Formats: sequence, structure tokens, C-alpha cells
Amino acid sequence: MTIAAESVRPHHTLWGDAWIRLRRNKLAVTGGVLILLIALIAIIYPFFSKYDFASQDLNAILQSPSSEHLLGTDELGRDVLTRLIYGARTSLMVGIFTQLIVLAIGLPLGAFSGATGGRTDNFIMRFVDVIYAFPDLLLIILLRSILGGSIYMIFLAIGLVNWVGVARLVRGQILSLKQRDFVTAARVLGGSGGYITTRHLLPNSLGPVIVTVTFNIPRAIFTEAALSYIGIGVQPPTPSWGAMIRDGYNVIFAAPHLVLFPAIAIGIIMLSFTFLGDGLRDALDPRLRR
Amino acid sequence: MTRYIINRVFWLIIVLLVVSFITFSLMHLVPGGPWDKEKTLAPQVVDALNKKYGLDKPFYAQFGDFIWGILHGDLGVSYSFQDRSVTSIILQGLPKTATLGVIAFILAILIGIPFGMAAALKQNSIVDYLSVIFSTIFASIPGFVLGILLIIIFSVELHWLPTGGWGSIQQIIMPAFALATLPAAFIARITRASTLEVLRQDYVRTAQAMGIKQRTILVRHILRNALIPVVTMAGPELAFLISGSFIIENLFSIPGIGRMFVNGVFARDYGLIMGSVIFYGFVIAGLNLVVDILYAVIDPRIRYD
Repeated sequence: MTIAAESVRPHHTLWGDAWIRLRRNKLAVTGGVLILLIALIAIIYPFFSKYDFASQDLNAILQSPSSEHLLGTDELGRDVLTRLIYGARTSLMVGIFTQLIVLAIGLPLGAFSGATGGRTDNFIMRFVDVIYAFPDLLLIILLRSILGGSIYMIFLAIGLVNWVGVARLVRGQILSLKQRDFVTAARVLGGSGGYITTRHLLPNSLGPVIVTVTFNIPRAIFTEAALSYIGIGVQPPTPSWGAMIRDGYNVIFAAPHLVLFPAIAIGIIMLSFTFLGDGLRDALDPRLRR
Repeated sequence: MTRYIINRVFWLIIVLLVVSFITFSLMHLVPGGPWDKEKTLAPQVVDALNKKYGLDKPFYAQFGDFIWGILHGDLGVSYSFQDRSVTSIILQGLPKTATLGVIAFILAILIGIPFGMAAALKQNSIVDYLSVIFSTIFASIPGFVLGILLIIIFSVELHWLPTGGWGSIQQIIMPAFALATLPAAFIARITRASTLEVLRQDYVRTAQAMGIKQRTILVRHILRNALIPVVTMAGPELAFLISGSFIIENLFSIPGIGRMFVNGVFARDYGLIMGSVIFYGFVIAGLNLVVDILYAVIDPRIRYD
């Protein structure tokens, strides 16, 4: 029987299907490739570059792009391309570490809340609603002014505010999955609450969580850029696109490229993640599964 | 309906109390007090100041004073601007922020709804594709980045518009556009999706079968129903425009509440920070409540009780 069934239709897993659909989506592939490319350059560039992000050359300030400095130099004679690439490191780190914090808090708390239900669930969700109702940036600035300005504290401030979205999502997923037959079957077979949550409920709610995290990353990157732009983000000399815009803005009439390049960089990275997120959402939606 | 409103207002009060408490406690955890300046004050002076502002009382009493003040429209004292209350600082910045927010909001509606409608009515045409592409791009590029591009094009290269400031129409154009693009993109997306949904409804087909003029169907049946989801989004959008504008206010040097808030953060003016956060909380919660009620008024199918 099994052999006959397999010869009719090859075995497809959800993730295999999703991967095939994702590859067909041109925008998502473009976004994903751009992100990988930016990450790759950010990792290997320092080994090949003749400039570093902090060294100044006061004989060559505010230069326009040339063969010597591909994207020109800033007001202290630093190579803009080098600073842009180190800035990408900061941005990607912000994107990754904030989401690790978001997952570390949101996933267990959302799962616990949804699996437990009742008064505990109500209490946790009321708290989540309060944070959710508030503008992110405002709370992040508030936390940032309490936690201080080290880059890790900025990860923490963004993570501590953004986890509520994931917690809500996971809870919602688990509440709807709890009603499904396979969960009832697992319970009838004697599976404990913890076992059912970790083996059945969580893995099945992973798809939407991945999509949400993909959309959260550019938001976190932008938040860091915005904080650094208003001067309460990462501290110099750590390069950040937001800080580059802030510094370059003072000389925008003399050297608009100092502001233009980091602004374009923020735009490209945000677009790439959005395209990838859109593609993932379509690819992981089981209703589209053939 | 009345029960629903009472219930919502009750929750609104609870939420605001919790937000005030969290903010208040966080501010108390911050190392250093409001009187830590470059010049150290004599201990007697610090004692006198603490007494004047009630900072010598225990924590819960201070929180009680603070809530009592809020109920009387007093958001506390600013520690960096002498002789000025947080309320007066916010009232000074509010007209600018609100003007900018409302202009951007109108702009977003004027751009978003026609584009979304056109895209849906001519589905899979070039208009549709362009509208979808633009709304995808503008939904992911922050207004801040767009603002910078606008400044480089229209101020630095063309010298048509000033880079910032407040007072003339020329100074509002760029920040309003930079602020409006994101909500405009969202509104276009939602309008398109909901119009497509409405076009498939039986009552539209019935109206067409009855031979009613296309224009009448569009205005009386399609537009009215397609705009319901747009209205639900309007509350959060307006709240976003009012609270999310502080990056734009900083970029374009507009002396609104967002910019004052950022200045307060720099000056470690905890009085101002706390007052602004709570003010934002009131505005956002209030707007969302108004929109939820409006929602029920527009769509009689929705009943909350």
C-alpha cells in the first residue's frame, strides 16, 4: 500500500514544500540573496580592506567618491565604504540579537500562557496588551535612558519591548492548535501537558513565528538607526548607519553623499527583509499547499 | 453599546494606571537624581528642593501625588526648564505635532484610497501592478530615509525647499510627505484588498443586475463597504503619526512634542520624560477608543454587546 501511494505522489514535507515555493518567488529570492551578500561582505571585508573604520586622514576630508575611496570620505577623512560595511555589522547584530531576546521571552511566555489558559493566561495577556498598545520607540527610549548606552543594553531595550508581538502570536496559535484532533489524540494517548506543548503545539506554530521574526528584524535595525540618529544609540566610534546620517547631516550641503549612502543602505536592508518576509509568509501558509 | 463603552473606558483607566506605575517605578530606578548637574549643590539646597517637589516622601506617596496631579491636568514638573510645567511644554509643542500629523493623515488618505480603489477596480492591469509595487516599497522604507532623500533632492540639489523649521507652507511639505508615505501605503493595501472583497459580494452583483448606474454602485455600495477596514486602521495610523513623528520632527527641526521629548531624554529630564510618556498613552488609548466606537456607528452589523 505504502509503495503504491508513494509512486503516485512523492513525499512532501511542509518545509520542503515551503522551500520550493520560496525559490519560485523572485522578490523573496532577491531579498534573501541581498541579505546573505551583505552579511558575507560584513564578515569578510575587514580581512581585505586597507582602511579601518576609525582611522582618520585629515588630508583627505569630505572627498567625493573616487577610485581611492569608492564612496568618498567623511568630515574626519574616514573611508565611507568601510564605515558603511562596519555599520552593516552593527545593524545585522542588532537584528539577530534583539530577535534572540524576543524569542527567548516571547516563545516560552506565549506558549505557557496559551497552554495554561484561565486566569494565568488572562493576567499575562493583559500585561502584554498594555505594552503592545504603546508606541515601541517611546518605550525603547525610556528603557534606553535607564539601561545606559552600551550596545548590549540597546539589544536588551529593543528586545524587552518587542517580545510581546511574538508572545501574542504564539498564544493565539496554541489556542487554535489545542482544538485540533491530533492534540486530542496525543492527550488521549496519555501525553503530559509539557510533552504536548513542546512536541506538538510549539513545532506547529513555528511557521508564523519565523515570518514575524523576519519582519521584526528590519524594524529592530531601523530602531537602532533611529536611536543612533538622535544620538542615544550606539556610542562612537562604533559605526552605525544612524550615527553616520547624524554626523553627515551637519555638512549635507558640502557632501550630501555622507547622508545619502547610509540612508540607501537602511532602505535596501529593510526592503530585502520585507521581501523575504512576504515570500516566507506565502510559502509557509499551509492553505496554499498543493 | 453603552455597556461596551463603559467597559472600554474602565479598561483604558486600568491600562493608563499600569503604564503610569511602570514609568514611575522605572524613573525611580534610574541612578542619579534630577539635581545632579555639573555644579554640585549644597546638601541643604538639595533637601530644600526635594521638599519643594515632594521628593522626600515615600515612593507610594509620590506616586499618589503624581496620579492626583494627572487627574487635574498637571503632568508634573520639568527638571531642566525652570519654572515650567510639563503640561505647558507639551501644550506648546502639541499644535505643531498635531498640525503635521493631521496634514500627513489627510495626505495619506488622499493618496492611499484612490490608488487602492483604482488598483482593485482594474485588477491585474498596469495600474494595479504599479500601485502594489509602490505600496510594498513605501510600506518598508521608513519615512526617515525618505525624508533624507527628499532633503537631498529638493533642498541640497534643487534649492526649492528649506531643510527644516516651522512656520511656512514650504517647511511643511517635505515632513508631511515623509510622514504620510507609510500610512498611505498601508491604506492603499487595505483599500485594495477590501474593495476586491466587496466586488465579489452578492449585493454588488444584484445592483448591477438591476441596471443601476456603475457610478452609483461604486459610491453607494462599493465605497461605503470597502472603507470600513480603512476606518479601523485609521486610529492606530493617527496614533502612529502623532507618536512616530519624533524622528521626522528631529530631521526637519520642528519644535513639536516629539522633539521636546528627545531633548528631555538628553537632559535626563525625568519629569518631562514621564509626563510625555503618559500624555502619549492618553492620546493613543483615547484615539483607539474613538475609532472602535466609530466602527460600530459606520457598520451597523457590528454589535459589541
